[in-house]
Amino acid sequence: MANIEPTAMERFINGVLPENPVYRQLLGMCPILAVTGSMATAMTMAGATAFVLIMANLIVSIIRGLLKPHLRILVFTLTIATFVTIADRALQAFLYDLSKELGPYIPLIIVNCLIISRCEICASKQGPHIALMDAFGMSLGFALALASLATVREVLGNGTWFGLTVMPDWWTNWGIMVLPPGAFLGLGLLLGLVEWMQMVRAKKEN
Amino acid sequence: MSDQPQKGGYIKQAWLVLLLALCYGAALAGVQTALGPIIEENKKREINSQVPILVGVDPETTDVEKVEVTGKDDKTKAVYVAKTKDGELLGWVIRASGQGFADRIEILLGLSADLKTITGLYVLDQKETPGLGDKIRSDSERDEEGNIVAMSYRDMYIGKSTGEPITIVKRTPEEGTNQIEAITAATVSSDKVADIVNSAIDNLGDALDAKRTELSAPQANN
Repeated sequence: MANIEPTAMERFINGVLPENPVYRQLLGMCPILAVTGSMATAMTMAGATAFVLIMANLIVSIIRGLLKPHLRILVFTLTIATFVTIADRALQAFLYDLSKELGPYIPLIIVNCLIISRCEICASKQGPHIALMDAFGMSLGFALALASLATVREVLGNGTWFGLTVMPDWWTNWGIMVLPPGAFLGLGLLLGLVEWMQMVRAKKEN
Repeated sequence: MSDQPQKGGYIKQAWLVLLLALCYGAALAGVQTALGPIIEENKKREINSQVPILVGVDPETTDVEKVEVTGKDDKTKAVYVAKTKDGELLGWVIRASGQGFADRIEILLGLSADLKTITGLYVLDQKETPGLGDKIRSDSERDEEGNIVAMSYRDMYIGKSTGEPITIVKRTPEEGTNQIEAITAATVSSDKVADIVNSAIDNLGDALDAKRTELSAPQANN
C-alpha cells in the first residue's frame, strides 16, 4: 500500500501544535503534572527530554536498516535509557540544586511514551534529517505544553514567573495551584481550551 | 517479517543489541569518569553548608574539619567535626546511607559535642515516592514568626538520645522515649531512615567516643 510519508517540515510543524504530544496525543502527562510547579523545573525537564528525544531519534534513524522487527523495542529502550542516564549525570554535575528538586522524574524520562513512540512512528522508518526535524518539533511542542501549565501554576500559585515576582501586592497566592490538585485542574482546563481551539479551526475549514 | 528466529542463529539475530549494549556501556563509563568527580564536589559543597546547620551553630564562627574514624564494620569513614575558632568541640556530623523503600537513602546526622544527643537530620539523596516517602526530606511548617506549626519527620530526631535505638510508631509517641511517629502512608521509608540512623550510631559510636577524647585532649596552641 503506497504511503506518502510526511516531509521534514511537516513533521516539525506537526509536533508543535496539530500533534502536540501533551494536548493532542495525551502523552507524557505524568512528568507534566509533577514538574510544572515552577518554570525553572519545567524548562529543565523540557531541556532534558529534548536532548533524549533528539539523540534517540537520530541514533535509531541511522541504524534503522539494521533493526530486527522482534527486537526493535529493545533497541529503542536501550538507546533511550543510555541518553537519559547521560542527561541525569550531566544535570547532577552542572545543575545540582535543580536536579535535586526534579528528583526521580529525570530517570523517569525513560518511560515517557512520547520518546519511544517517535522512535517507532518516525525514526525507525525515515531518514535522519526527517527524524531530527520530528524530534525538534515534538520537543518544542512538549516544551510549550510544559511552559503553558507551569506559567499558570507558578503565577497563580506563587505570584512569580521564573522566580521573579510578577503579581501585584494585593494578590493572595492560590496555594492549591502548586499542589497536585491544581496541576490536574490546570491541565484539564488547558486541554479543554486546546480542544475548543481545534473545534473552531475545524469549523472554519468546513 | 520472519515468524521464528532460526535455531542456532541467535547471534545473527541479536548482534546489534549486543553491540549497542557494549557501545552504550562504554559511553556511560566515559560519562561517569568525566562527571563523577564534579558530582562528588557538588555533594561535598552541600555537606559543608549543612554541617553547621545540623549542629545548630553559626557558620560564620565555626570551623568544619574532616576526620577519619573506623567503625565496627572495619570500614573507615569520614566524619565532620564542628569547632569554634578556639578549637572547642561544638558537634559532629556523620554521613550514612542504607536501603530505603525505593532506592538508597543517604543522610547526614548531626550529633552533640558529647555524642549523647541527636542535633539534626538532613537527607542528602533519596528516590522515595514523591508526595509520600519523600516527606523524609521535608522541612517543618512555620508561621510568620518562624515558630513551628507542624513538625516535619526529620526535625523529630532533634533532641533524641543516642543511648537507645530510635523506634518508629504509628501513633503519637510517648513523651521522653526515643519513639518517632511514622509519616502517614510512608511507614517503610520512615522505618528505613530510622534503621540507617540506628546502624550509623551503633557502628561509629565507640570510634567517635575515642576520637572525641583524642580531640578534647589539651593541644598546643597554633
